[in-house]
This record gives sequence, C-alpha cells and structure tokens, in this order.
Amino acid sequence: MIFLQMGFEEMPTNNYVESSFWNFDALFQPQQHPARDSHDTFFLRDPSTTKTLPEDYVERVKQIHESGGHGSRGYGYDWKREEANKNLLRTHTTAVSSRMLYALAKKPFEAKRYYSIDRVFRNEAVDRTHLAEFHQIEGLICDRGLSLGDLQGVLHDFFSRLGMSKLRFKPAYNPYTEPSMEIFGYHEGLKKWVEVGNSGMFRPEMLLPMGLPEDVTVIAWGLSLERPTMILYGIDNIRDLFGHKVDLSLIKSNPICRIGL
Amino acid sequence: MPTVSVGRDLLFQALGRTYTQDEFDELCFEFGIELDDVTTEKAIIRKEKHLKEEDEIGGNEEIIYKIDVPANRYDLLCLEGLVQALRIFLGIDSVPKYKLADDVGKESMLKMHVKPETSVIRPFVVCAVLRGIEFNEARYNSFIDLQDKLHQNICRRRTLVAIGTHDLDTIDGPFTYEALPPSEIEFKPLKQVETFKADKLMEFYKSDLKLKKYLHIIEDSPVYPVIYDRNRTVLSLPPIINGAHSAISLKTKNVFIECTATDLTKAKIVLNTMVTMFSGYCKQKFKVEPVEVTYPDGKSYICPELSPYDMKVSLSYINRIAGISLEANKVAGLLNKMQLHAEQSVSEDNECTFIVSVPPTRSDVLHACDVAEDVAIAYGFNKIPKRMPASLKPLPLNQFSDLIRTEIALCGYTEVLTWILCSYKENFAMLNRKDDKSTAVVIGNPRSADFEVVRSSLMAGILKTAAHNKDHPKPIKIFEVGDVTVLDELKDVGATNHRQLAALYCGATSGFELIHGLVDRIMEVTGTPFVSAGDNTGYYIERSDEPEFLSGRQASIIYKGKRIGTFGIVHPQVLENFDISDPCSVVELNIESFL
Repeated sequence: MIFLQMGFEEMPTNNYVESSFWNFDALFQPQQHPARDSHDTFFLRDPSTTKTLPEDYVERVKQIHESGGHGSRGYGYDWKREEANKNLLRTHTTAVSSRMLYALAKKPFEAKRYYSIDRVFRNEAVDRTHLAEFHQIEGLICDRGLSLGDLQGVLHDFFSRLGMSKLRFKPAYNPYTEPSMEIFGYHEGLKKWVEVGNSGMFRPEMLLPMGLPEDVTVIAWGLSLERPTMILYGIDNIRDLFGHKVDLSLIKSNPICRIGL
Repeated sequence: MPTVSVGRDLLFQALGRTYTQDEFDELCFEFGIELDDVTTEKAIIRKEKHLKEEDEIGGNEEIIYKIDVPANRYDLLCLEGLVQALRIFLGIDSVPKYKLADDVGKESMLKMHVKPETSVIRPFVVCAVLRGIEFNEARYNSFIDLQDKLHQNICRRRTLVAIGTHDLDTIDGPFTYEALPPSEIEFKPLKQVETFKADKLMEFYKSDLKLKKYLHIIEDSPVYPVIYDRNRTVLSLPPIINGAHSAISLKTKNVFIECTATDLTKAKIVLNTMVTMFSGYCKQKFKVEPVEVTYPDGKSYICPELSPYDMKVSLSYINRIAGISLEANKVAGLLNKMQLHAEQSVSEDNECTFIVSVPPTRSDVLHACDVAEDVAIAYGFNKIPKRMPASLKPLPLNQFSDLIRTEIALCGYTEVLTWILCSYKENFAMLNRKDDKSTAVVIGNPRSADFEVVRSSLMAGILKTAAHNKDHPKPIKIFEVGDVTVLDELKDVGATNHRQLAALYCGATSGFELIHGLVDRIMEVTGTPFVSAGDNTGYYIERSDEPEFLSGRQASIIYKGKRIGTFGIVHPQVLENFDISDPCSVVELNIESFL
C-alpha cells in the first residue's frame, strides 16, 4: 500500500531460481566475494546452470570486472563465465532489479519507480532470528540527477508512513551501491536506534554496462519484512511468525494491521 | 563484516584523548564503522572455554573494543590503520606520503627470481622490506593479527594470497620462488623442532586444527610452491607455513615480506596494506625498501607500488551525487579528511575538476562515485538536505492473489505462510509421489535435510502446518497462496515459478464437500461458469487418479480446457506420513490461468 501511495510499480519477482550472473555479476559483485561461497548461497544441482545470457552485455560486465571502464579501475581479476552460469536460489530481490534495469536500458530512457516484496534465500544456520528464507522489501527510483538527498527524502517519507519518523544514516559498504547508507530508526518503545534497512545509489559500474545514460542514477533501499514485524509485535522467535510451526490461534486472534492508516 | 579487536586504552592513547562509550559510538557512526561489542580478554577466554564467572583463568581485565569495519577497507583491519584513519578524519593528522626508500640502488636492491614451474600452482609473488622497524609486544601482536585478518578476508582463506614475513637478518638474497615435487622440499617449519619433507608435513598438519583447512589449496598438485634464499634455506611453503629459520620475533629489526598469489591485484593490495600500516614504526617513517621480482620471461617489476592512483573527478559530479552544493576548497578539505589528496584545476568550460590522489591504503576507491561518497561521509550523511524527487501500478498477478486471498478468508479459512524449501521426502515420498526427475529444483549444497528441494507444490507445507496444530480446535481450515518452482526448459535459468492456491479442511469428517464447495466459490468469484465435460468456455471436474488423494474421492479441475489442479480426500497413508490423525481434504490449483 505504502509503495502504491508513493507511486511505485511492482516488479515481477516470481522467479526463485536465478543465475549467478543476474544475482551477482551484473551487480558488480566480484566472483571471489564471500557472499558467493557455498556456505552463504544455495547453489542448485538441477537445474545447475543457466542456458542463456545476453552475450554482448555479458562481455561488457566481464570487462568492467576485469579491467574497469566508464572511469573505474575494475577489480583486476580473471572473470570466469562458468561462475556466472551457476544457478542459485536468489539471495536478494536485487537480482530482479538488475534484470528490470537492463530491460529499461534497452529502450529510450524513461524514469521509473519500482518495488517488490518477495522471498529470498540464504544458506545460513537457522536460529531464533534467522531462517534459510525470508522476505525482502525493496524499492528503487531510476531518474536523471538523483542524489543522496533524494534518497534520504524518500526514505523519510517511506518510513514515516510505517510509523518511524526519526531516522539517521550511517556510511556503509555494499559491493553494488556507492554511496551506501545503513538506515537507523528510533524505536519509541525500546528507546533506542535500531537498524531498519540498507540503502544506496547503484554503482556506475553496474548501470553503465547495461547501457543506461551517464546522468541517470538509481537510488535503492531494502529491508527484511520479518525483522521489523518481529519488533512491531514483540515476537522473539521467527518460527512463530512464519512457517508451518506457527500457532493458528495466534493468526486468528491477531489484530488487523493499521500501518499506513 | 570483519571485526577488529583493539584495546580501548591503547586506542584512546593513540587517538590522543579519551571518549565515553557514547561519544566513541557516535564517532564510529559518523565515520561508517560500528562499535559492535565491549569486552575483556578474560571474558573472551571464558566464552571460548564455556567457563563461569568464578572460574580462575588467565588473561587480563583490559577493556577490548570489537569494531566492525566495512569489508572493502583492508586498511582498517588493525589498530594502526584505524587510528590513522580516525586521526585524519578528525583533522589531527594529515595524510602520510608513503615512499620507496631511495637510498637503495637497482644494483643493491633485493631480488626475487620466479621459476617457470610456479605458473601451474601459484604464479605470482610480490615482496617488500620494512627496514629498521621497532616492535614492542603490542605492535608485534598487531603485526601478526593483521596477517591473520587479511588471510581470512581479502586473501579468501589464503587461496588468493598468502603472506609470509621473515627476519631478513637470518637470510640472504637473492631469493627464488620455485615449485618442486613435495618429496624434494625439506625444512624445519615454524613452531616445530624437527625437519620434515613437504609430503610428510602435509600428513602431519592433517591433525592441526588451524592449518588443516589450508592444505587443500596445494595438496593435489604435483609440485608445491616454495621460497628459498641463496643458501637454499626455506623461507616458506606458501600458503601453508613459514620456515622456522627465518621466524620473526620482538627483536627483529628488518622484516622481509613476501605475498604469493593466484590473484596479482589482490597480492599488491595485501602487500601495500602490510607495509603502509607498519612503515610508521620504521626508522625512516613511511619509507619502504623495494624488491625486484623477475619472472621467467625476463620481465622484472619493482614492488611494492606505492605511488597514488590519480583520478579525475568534477566538482559538479560530487555535488550532484551527494546532494549538496559546496565550494571547491571545502570539498578538497573534506577529501583530505578521508585520506584523499585533491588538486584543483579549472578546464576551458569553467568546470572545476579535481585530480584526486588515491593513496595505497585506499584500494577500495575504484570510481568517482567512491570519491563522492567520501565527501558525503566527511560532510556528514545526516547533514545532507533532504529532497523529494519530482504513477500507481501493482503487478496484476500479486493484486489478483490478494483478491483471491480475501475471498477465501471470507469463507472462514485462515491464511498461512509456509517455507519454500523442504526436504526431498516431504515433496515426494511422503505425498506418495514418485520423483520423475523433471519436476523439482534440487539444491546442490543443503545445510540440512530441511532444505533439499524447492517445493513443487504447496501441499506438504499446508499438511505440516495442520500436523503442528493438533491442539487447535477442529475443524482446521487453512489456506496458502504462494509460488512453487518447477523445472522449465523454456526459461534461461531452466526453472519457473507458478502461483498456486492450496486449502485444507481437517475435522471429524473429511469435509470433502466443503473443499468442493470452496472450488465452486473460487470459480464463482472469478466469473467462471460450470459447464459440461469437454466444453472449453467454463470449468468442470473429472475423475482423477493422484497418489496423494484417496482413490475415487478426488477430481481434477478443468478450467477452459486446461487442467489447473486437483482436490480430494487426502490418502490415509499420506496423513500417517505427516502424523495427522484426523481426516483431511485438500485442494491445490494454479491461479495464473484466471488472469
């Protein structure tokens, strides 16, 4: 609802199986990055590899990783096609964003606001606050001349609609955004600042090989659905919220959600 | 995110003032690092050994700060780098100028010769010398810790780069970097008293908790990488262990550093990090003695490469990305706080441009956008004026799913949200189904049996939910609308999602007629008329024979000539498999066809 009130268009995220290329390489995430290790990501035995990738674009991505370009130094390593071909269960919905932006770049430029809320997968140890799957909320705005000020403005608007009006931002590192900001919101109940999401501007090394115009910037942010929900409802075990072990009586007796009213 | 542990008092002493924890937290927040935990050496040892408060243990009570640093800032992985970055950020120090020692002529420069055989196992090496270094216990420990931190992070557990440090006064150049059959390498490794042949040593380390995880990097190679000095003294067997002969100690004055690698770019970053962080303790501050590395093709290189990388960045770009409008002088000042030196120049079209010098400590700066971020950090993220950039469109499939959800909830069913990953057994055998190998997406590296396949139907999840809610008053009426994934030759990745609806009734009777009624209701609200078999304008049902349902008590749903799902009484064997003692009826159908 909130995204709709803010005029966003939903991205088609109904594809859990993704190739490493769209999940990582297209986002300028180097092939030796720890997130690409088997103990962070679910790789697939069947279907183990992707069949097709857009070859000319793959070539541009390879180049930017290996030797840079568009004003970048690149990472200076041998980029391997086999790594990019490996299929996986997407680790973030940003994999879909990269497909959407690539599709956008093929047409005459038009400003866009996209969002998605869907499932992502991490091969992590499961405990009270972590599951191997969770939901990611993602929003992005693609337009000419956007700045960090715009990103902060949009985040203030978005989070105040969720009932969180005090925000502050911490410099952070993401392989595919620069500048990057972690978002902290002041929790009136807990009387402290809690991390509520991550955000940034997609790196030129991601956007320019796609063919987007030079002056186009993309501001984006993401957060998990479960974490804020757990804080909101005071739930301390994620399995009480989601999965087959939930108590049906709890679902039936839960008050209606009034967020955004 | 890597975590660095530093002694609080040592840190404050180096920063030149003390901070309250809140003040230090605030400084970290502004700079983009995070004070993750405050502890003591004692508490850490207790935690490791699972000891209680009162147990007597070694270690001291000095307060330790555990600080999370960004994964691409290798220069922040030790106290020296953290202090330097923060002091410059606070405007106390200026950016050091790292230089190669110029009093070493090409003739007298130390040399490393690379043999051709290394190309098959670990082809690159870079070296440097820290001359006249002064260690004390804290510095020495930091020197060792930094190597470990680099090994775990950028070196990817020594696969990409391995660092060896040696007491230069115990060895004689020129050095050679070779690759030899394991049986031909013999030396006394660090911390051992005996000499080993390399093949025996690998066997020996199989029981070494720390080293065994690196053995795989070279174990199966016919030749192992090894570094010798002119007297055939082994310096190291990278990436496993150094030789005992050249081990460094608190007394070491001259340190020889070699980094062997499969990734040359990263080797250079690692070497630069080592020498820049510790050249501050050398007799000639920030000076590093170079080494000449010669490859088999005769090409030779002087390393380390400490000269700054120059980047052209326009003032307007910085202001545009950061969303601020600052003057050139102010921007240059902010860049200095982030260790970047900026030289202004004005081009013909009156556009102000900076030549930004990126020092060897800042290998994370790849593009002008990194420079713009640094300006924004130094300016203060939270001081940037907020703006709102100058349309309503949900995805039809999701909007439709929500409409269907509301309708089913109105029929008295409770919505559940179950996991997409499940065990192989749950997806097939427990549902009496056989795997035809052309349906389900199979995970290659599951951590446990709970995550072996991606569900190809919603039924297992909904049955598990019923099973876990035995105590809930009957009847149980639940439903889920969500995606399943099946193999699909037509997709680039070879698999595709389908939006499914599943509903379950569980009570004293099977509730078959209620589930049938729900199917009719779904058809009603989607405006689908009931038609006779074979008519493609509406829906009808026909006898089906699915193994998860009771024979004769199940039907396929045919929508506009296409089979979109099945409903029926769940087979008693399936109920038993899921440990459900009451009869159940289930419908599962694809809702994409309704769009």
